Amino acid sequence: MLNKVLDLLDPLLILSAALMGVALYLIFIWVPTETNQGAVQRILYFHVPVAWGSMLGIFVVSGSSFMYLWKKTEKWDRLAVASAEVGVIFGGMMLLSGMIWARPVWAVWWTGEAKLTTALILFFIYVAYLMFRAYFPPGAQRQRLAAIIGVIGAVDTPIIYFAANLWSQAHPPLITGPAADAESALGSDLGIVLTASTVAFTFLFIYLVQTRYKIRKSEDDLVELKRAVSTSAMTGAN
Amino acid sequence: MMGSLAIIWAIGRKDLLLEIRNKDVVVAVAGFALLVLVIFTFAIDLNQGNAKLVGPGVLWAGIAFAGVTGHNRAFALEVEGSTLEALMLAPISRDLIYLGKALGNFLFIAVAQIIVIPVFAVLFNLVVFRWEMLAIALLTTLGFSAVGTLFAAMSVRVRAREVMLPLLFLPVVTPLLMAAVESTSHMVNGRSWSDMAQWLQLAVAFDVAFIVVSAFIFQHILED
Repeated sequence: MLNKVLDLLDPLLILSAALMGVALYLIFIWVPTETNQGAVQRILYFHVPVAWGSMLGIFVVSGSSFMYLWKKTEKWDRLAVASAEVGVIFGGMMLLSGMIWARPVWAVWWTGEAKLTTALILFFIYVAYLMFRAYFPPGAQRQRLAAIIGVIGAVDTPIIYFAANLWSQAHPPLITGPAADAESALGSDLGIVLTASTVAFTFLFIYLVQTRYKIRKSEDDLVELKRAVSTSAMTGAN
Repeated sequence: MMGSLAIIWAIGRKDLLLEIRNKDVVVAVAGFALLVLVIFTFAIDLNQGNAKLVGPGVLWAGIAFAGVTGHNRAFALEVEGSTLEALMLAPISRDLIYLGKALGNFLFIAVAQIIVIPVFAVLFNLVVFRWEMLAIALLTTLGFSAVGTLFAAMSVRVRAREVMLPLLFLPVVTPLLMAAVESTSHMVNGRSWSDMAQWLQLAVAFDVAFIVVSAFIFQHILED
């Protein structure tokens, strides 16, 4: 029983929980309310870290997909799927928190701004990555094909960003809210809180990816064990 | 070098011959795209002003959706006839199989556009018979078939391939779609080449990047 509890207390989990506590204190108690935007500006302290986390996820998926195609070792596939899942969750949080922030500040939920368009399209590509994995029968072929999607996503990212940039120049986004152009009145305080929150979310990201990686490994081990049992049962019967 | 081109052409010609006989893909692509155009003429109240505004978007959205259907068909035929295994047994490298299949798909979608674009001109009352249109259509179709052939080969063995292909294909080709829509929109508004140069360059970059990467990566798809 005690062992089980201790197993749950991963040092990374404790670290990210502690950092998250510090970040929450800084966000809701320590830092003053921004004068132009009001309380809604505090969303930024979540939005930027989860956006960073989703970018980190995409980066790790692309890198480990490439490594999988090159080395063909299971660990790269596990890392790719773990960071894709966590990255998509972070991406979803980024899109939602961004929209909630944009509505009062820009007066629109969504606009054709380059970063928004890029983030949305990349989100769809990595959702497709996960759906492909879910639809395809397990095995080496699934891992290979999924890795190809990971690499294609990486190739597409700069092109999407370039296109979205050109697009938003041709169709200037409608940003007309009350505090659209106002400079932040917080100065260096903003930087401190943002850094603390980003560090906390980065450790949460690492913890979640690590946990998902372990689950994936257990799933693979289970398949191996089942196969071993069924072969030994067959040889035993003979 | 000459040998490679001959192999690519041999695969492309095989698909072309099959297509001339059963007209499966071209009819599917053209029919689908035409229906999208017709449905939009009802969905949007068209007049001279908004035809220029929405026309290019409707045209390329229609061709992109129809292209998904076409690519699905092209690889499904290989699997249904178990001819994909035969292709894989042939002593040729995988990138040539990819380029041959992509060539076939490119030709099918291009031929379908010869039907679709004039009908678009009629329905939306826009002038499209210009060299700009030819350049845009060729560059866009090239990119569509480069990405579509790769993803069709991947999703052909998935349970729900009709669902999987558009989910993979559409987000990846979004930049190309933006390029096609924007340059067509410049064209119908009577602007010059220099206005659409950036978009055409983007389309060229997209095409080159995906043809090279896909040809290189294709060996991992047909690996068994």
